[in-house]
Amino acid sequence: MSERRTTNVEVRLPSRMGFEKVAMSTAASVAKLMGFRDDRVEDLKTAVAEACINAIEHGNRLNEKLSVGVILSAGEDSLEVKVIDDGKGMKNHPSKPDIDRKMHGQEDPRGMGMFLIQALVDEAEWVAGTNGKSSYVRLVIRLDKDAG
Amino acid sequence: MQSETKSRVDQITSPAGHPVTVLRFEGDIASTSKEAVLGTYQALPKATNKLILLDFTKVDYINSSGIALVIQLLIEASNSGQKVYAFGLSPHFVKVFTMVGITKYAGLFPGQAEAMAAL
Repeated sequence: MSERRTTNVEVRLPSRMGFEKVAMSTAASVAKLMGFRDDRVEDLKTAVAEACINAIEHGNRLNEKLSVGVILSAGEDSLEVKVIDDGKGMKNHPSKPDIDRKMHGQEDPRGMGMFLIQALVDEAEWVAGTNGKSSYVRLVIRLDKDAG
Repeated sequence: MQSETKSRVDQITSPAGHPVTVLRFEGDIASTSKEAVLGTYQALPKATNKLILLDFTKVDYINSSGIALVIQLLIEASNSGQKVYAFGLSPHFVKVFTMVGITKYAGLFPGQAEAMAAL
């Protein structure tokens, strides 16, 4: 049986808007090293950025005393990203934004982050932490998806 | 940490002879871009600016808060009888704008020349 190897990279971000770009750049670097196509790297960048924004804004409520943990686990054929915050976790599942309702003022123009995350990666799950802390979103992007 | 969003307004005329207002953005389009995106648009007189063209050529990063600002601009434009088009988005952000439905209310073009030819 061949041994499966996983390489981990960890980043810790302050809960300040804008620092999601640090995680985004790190994820892009790891994905490029793994051989992901450019378009998949772009998908991952947006998904990771949105996950970090949610963690900073909703999980840690912009409290700069709290940090957001980002753990990238590079396997042989997939990259897993966990974005961890000190919030209670997301209660609602992502729903597809309805542009007509937004245009007519029936839906908030915001609120697209979770939808984008789920749409751009191969797996996305939101896990509420025990004791109402250390919640995380777990993303997986597979190396061989639509390989051509 | 987020790069400041710069915006500039150009007035040009389409090959068909229509006056077109071009809002050119540079930097990130994020939650901090409200003044650059909405403020710049809202400063335009509505009666004389009926065709609005958004230039994203020099924008590298757009997040969901930035997309929400674009949607707010589209709502105000729709309520004012203005038509909005955009160009210069990377293939990734063309995909994202399409996924969230923006293409239903703003035509997307690869570059300024293609957009102007269609106006």
